[in-house]
Order: sequence, then structure tokens, then C-alpha cells
Amino acid sequence: MAKLNLLLLAVLVACALGLVTSQHKARKLFTDLEREHNRARELDVEYGRLQLEASTWGLHARVERIAKGALGMRPADARRTRLTGRDASR
Amino acid sequence: MSSAAQGLVRLPVWRARFVLAALGLAFGVLAARSVYLQALKTDFLQEKGDARYSRVIEVPATRGRVLDRNGDALAVSTPVKSIWAIPSDVELSREQRRKLSALLNIDSSELGKKLGSSKDFVYLKRQVSPDTAHAIATLAIPGVYQHPEYRRYYPGGEVTAHVLGFTGVDDRGQEGVELAHEATLGGKAGSRRVIKDRLGHIVEDVESIRAAQDGVDLQLAIDGKLQSLAYSALKRAVEANRAKAGGIIAIDVRSGEILALANVPSFNPNNRAKLTGAQLRNRVITDLFEPGSTLKPFTIALALESGKVGPATRIPTAPGTLAIGGYTIRDVHPAASMSVAQIVQKSSNVGSAKLALAMPRESMWELFHRVGFGTAPTLGFPGAAAGKLHPYKTWKPVEQATMAYGHGISLSLVQLARGYTLFARDGELVPLSLVKTGAVAGGEKVISTETARAVRAMLELAVQPGGTAPRARIPGWRVAGKTGTAHKQENGGYAADKYLASFVGFAPVSEPRLVIAVMIDEPAAGQHYGGSVAAPVFAQVMQGALRLMGVAHDAPLDPIEMPSEADEAREST
Repeated sequence: MAKLNLLLLAVLVACALGLVTSQHKARKLFTDLEREHNRARELDVEYGRLQLEASTWGLHARVERIAKGALGMRPADARRTRLTGRDASR
Repeated sequence: MSSAAQGLVRLPVWRARFVLAALGLAFGVLAARSVYLQALKTDFLQEKGDARYSRVIEVPATRGRVLDRNGDALAVSTPVKSIWAIPSDVELSREQRRKLSALLNIDSSELGKKLGSSKDFVYLKRQVSPDTAHAIATLAIPGVYQHPEYRRYYPGGEVTAHVLGFTGVDDRGQEGVELAHEATLGGKAGSRRVIKDRLGHIVEDVESIRAAQDGVDLQLAIDGKLQSLAYSALKRAVEANRAKAGGIIAIDVRSGEILALANVPSFNPNNRAKLTGAQLRNRVITDLFEPGSTLKPFTIALALESGKVGPATRIPTAPGTLAIGGYTIRDVHPAASMSVAQIVQKSSNVGSAKLALAMPRESMWELFHRVGFGTAPTLGFPGAAAGKLHPYKTWKPVEQATMAYGHGISLSLVQLARGYTLFARDGELVPLSLVKTGAVAGGEKVISTETARAVRAMLELAVQPGGTAPRARIPGWRVAGKTGTAHKQENGGYAADKYLASFVGFAPVSEPRLVIAVMIDEPAAGQHYGGSVAAPVFAQVMQGALRLMGVAHDAPLDPIEMPSEADEAREST
């Protein structure tokens, strides 16, 4: 009887310690999860900013200005356009 | 023995009993107290305990992005900070005050006024950039706090301003698409209960009270490149003609998607400090105007549908005037007679009026009604105008005659452009969409294919030399369209020198892909005809658009000789 009691006591202590460690682990993991969530959110925000930046740099008015001004390009007019039919390559 | 027994002090039995009873009572009180705390007051105590370490925190939701049809961002929300203060708690040194007002970019006296107010809560400045907010936080001024907010940015600026609209300081839609799609774009902030440790770190998630719902991204039908092309062409034309305003809309004939929609004057949605109503108006959708000659093709279509006339039937138009009920309708190019096709080509008012008067007013009203005039288009856009189409019972002959060439009826540019899908789609009217559908839309058959093709051929004539809009032609593609030059209404009459020039057309004629409508309000630089003011804008945008869309050529790529003034027909409506 005493042996059984001792055994049960040992099991109880082991369980209690297990509970404590698992609780601790759970909290730690949760903090990690939380951090990753925040990171995900930050990355999303960053993505939004980059999209914004891409749109701003890629503004058609800006592209046109640079093409015309810095690169000296101009729209192809009809005089300088030659059409090739699909059959032409054959 | 007895002496020993005698030596014992005999205590009365009641004393022992008394102590026992006292101890028992004390235990009883303790037990009762613990029952009271554990069983009866447990909820209250639990709540108090929770209040010490558990917190309900808000989970912010971001507003959905608005993208163009190619996935480029048109509107994006990014987090910013708002700086607020509890005035009575604020303690500022002179140095701190100077720094704070410099960082917030408000002058010191205004800052003083805000901090001197008797309120418990004042915003010092809303929506400051994260960098500025960080600098303010490092000043560590007691009583000054920050809280996160979102600010919406529109990279397209004034180009896309009218389509997108804008959001208020609370990131809720107030105009345009932002308002129309508020339900899906706007996120719903959630909240959850967590346990925080002494340092404020979240250690455990207790429950999620409400999950945060981020707004859904919205992909519009607008094509960023085409939109920019349309806006810049329109802006140039409005400036060159010293016009009051202008509007342009481009519709994909197959899907009914609105590829471009621009207005001038515009505004910068990122900085809305000095806005006027004129800048804010989305004229294309909300403003009504008398369309003038651009309405003639509908009258002609109706005449052809009735079977009484064909494109070659000659209508007597001598002497170029027609008097009805004390009102005289005039032609700019009087002729003894004109074929139905020539009526469109030369934009003859007399001819259109005569054709209209030969038809019952019910059928005319019915066509206009079925084309959507007088009914607000189902665009899901706030403030879409319905236009004015009076019931046919009230029409007098003179009204029916003037309506034939677009007077006495008013509609918005978007309605007019949609109406022209009738001729571009072999008699089908296409439902419009501001949101990308990517699919061919089923149209509603309003007129027969033969009639639509016949009118299309006439509209092509109108842009040839001898028509009213040779300037609408572009090299490489066949175009068709109609000009309008309407006197503006003022004080119940028509103003003599104020015009509204318009052009509606489509291309390529062999298989139309795009309808573009242009409207220029009060051109004041000498030219005022639709053919010379609005048609060139149409040509520029149409050419760029067809090239962007990769539409196959259906005409030789020869440069187009611009006609001399003599080759260009004039019109008075």
C-alpha cells in the first residue's frame, strides 16, 4: 500500500512538473507566434509601401517625360511604321 | 496520595469547553468567509484578477487596395500615427515646445492654444509619418500620446482622382469607388483578450472576441496607361482651348468595362487642402448636358428600323430651314435634298427633324428609353445622373423635332458613350462595369444588326473629308463617330457664345473594340466645333489605346492628310 502511494506521488509530481513546462513552452511559442504575426503584418505594410513606390516611379507621365526628355524618344508615327503580315516570315 | 490529589488545581470543565467552542467558532467564520469568497463572490473576484493582467486589445484591419486591370496599385493604405494629448497632463519645457511645434509643422501659438484647451483630449496632429512620430516619441513629453491610424495614398494623383474618389481621415470612403465599394474595401477591426506580463508583452491569448477582417482588394477595369493617356490628352485640349472643363470615357465594346474615365479640372487626392466643387465633380458621370448632334444617329437608326427609309433615301431639306410652331430649325450647310447617310455626315438638323417627325413619338421615346437615356446607369457609382427624358405624352412637334438632334433632352457622357455601343456591337447595348470582369458581357439587343451596320457606315462617312470630323481619323485603323456642338443653356435660353463640344466614336470599324466619348465644356480659344475641339482628343486617345491593346490594323498605315477648312463640314448642334 505504501509503495503504491509512493509511486502515485512520484507520478503526480512528474505530471505537475510536466504541466509547468508545457505551460511555459506554450507561452514561449505563443510569443514567437505573436512576433511572426507582427512580422507578417509589417511585411504586408512594407509590400503596400513598395507597391506605392513602384506605382509612383512607374507613373506613365513620368515614364513619358523621361522617354521624351532624357532618352529623346518619340512616338512612332505612321510614316516610320512598316507592318509585317503573319505570312511575311514564311 | 490525597495530598498530591489535593495539590492539583481542578479547573472548571466549562473553561476547556469555552476554548474549544471559541476555536470552533473561529474555524466556522473562516469557513463561511471562504465559502463566501470562493462560491458567492467568485465572478467579481475573477474579474478583478483579470483586470490586473488581462487586456482586450484591438486588432487593426487594413483597408483593401485598389488596383488597375494590370494589377498596378491605384490606392494603398499605409499606417501612420496620430499625435494626441491630455492638455492638463502636458509639461513642456521651452526647448521641447520649440521642437514639438517644428516636428508637427504647426506654429507655436497654435500649439499653445491646443494645449491650453480645457478638453481632456485634443489631437495635436493626425496622420504624421512614422519617422516624425518616432522623433516625437523620443522627446518623451508627459501627456502626449500617439495612436496608429491608416492613411490612404493615391500614386496616380489627379489622373485617377475622380474614379477613385477618396477616404476621410478615418480611412472610410467618402467619394467615388472608395465610397461605392466601402462595404468590401473597408476592413473590420477585430479584438481579442490577452494576458500581458509586467513589461507589457503578450504572454497568452485567452480568446479571440472578434477576428479582424482585412478589406478585400478591388481590381478596377481602369487601365492605368490608357487612363493616363486619356487624362493628359484631355488636359492638353482643355488648356489649348481655354475651356472650362472636360470629360472623357473609354469603354471596351466587348466586356463593357470602363477602361478610362477622366475629368478636367481634377484634384490631387493626396492633398485635399484647397478643394473646390468644380474640381471634385465627376462630370462624366454626374453632369448632364444637351448632347446635340451626337444624338442624331439614334434618330436615324429609328428611321431605318421603321423601314420607311434606307440609307440612300433622299429627304428634301430645302431651303435649309424648317419652321415648326414659331421655331426655326437651321442647317449650316443647306442643300435641296440629302440622303439619310448625308444627314449624318453633314450633321443636318432639318433632315433629322424631318425624319423624327415622320415617326410616332412613342417609338422615339421608347428607343431613347431602351438605350438608357433618362435612367441612371447601374454603375454602382455614387451620384450617377439619370438625365432628363420627358414623357412622350408631353412632347409637342417642335420638341420631337429638336430632340432628333439632341436638344430638349439631357444626359451624361457615360450614358451617351454607352448608347454608342449599340452601333459598335451590331445593335446590342452593353452593360457597363467599373470593376474588372475580363469576360465578354452579354448585351441587350435594341436595334437590328442591319440597322446598326448601316448607321456605322454613316458614322464612318462623318469622319471622312466632307464630314464633320475628319480630325478624328487615325492612321492604321478605320474609325467612326459623330460630333456634337451644342449651345449651352443659360437662364432658360441658349447662350449665343457658350458651346459644349463633344465627340463620340469607336474603332476599328471592321470589328469595333473601343468606344470613346469626349466632351469639352465652353471652349473659348476661337474654335468651338466638336470636330475641331473634341475630335482630335478622341483621335489621340483612340490611336494610343488601340496600339496599347494590340488591336489588328484594318486600314493602311498611311499618314493622314489633315483636311483644309473647306473639306470640313460645320454644324450648329
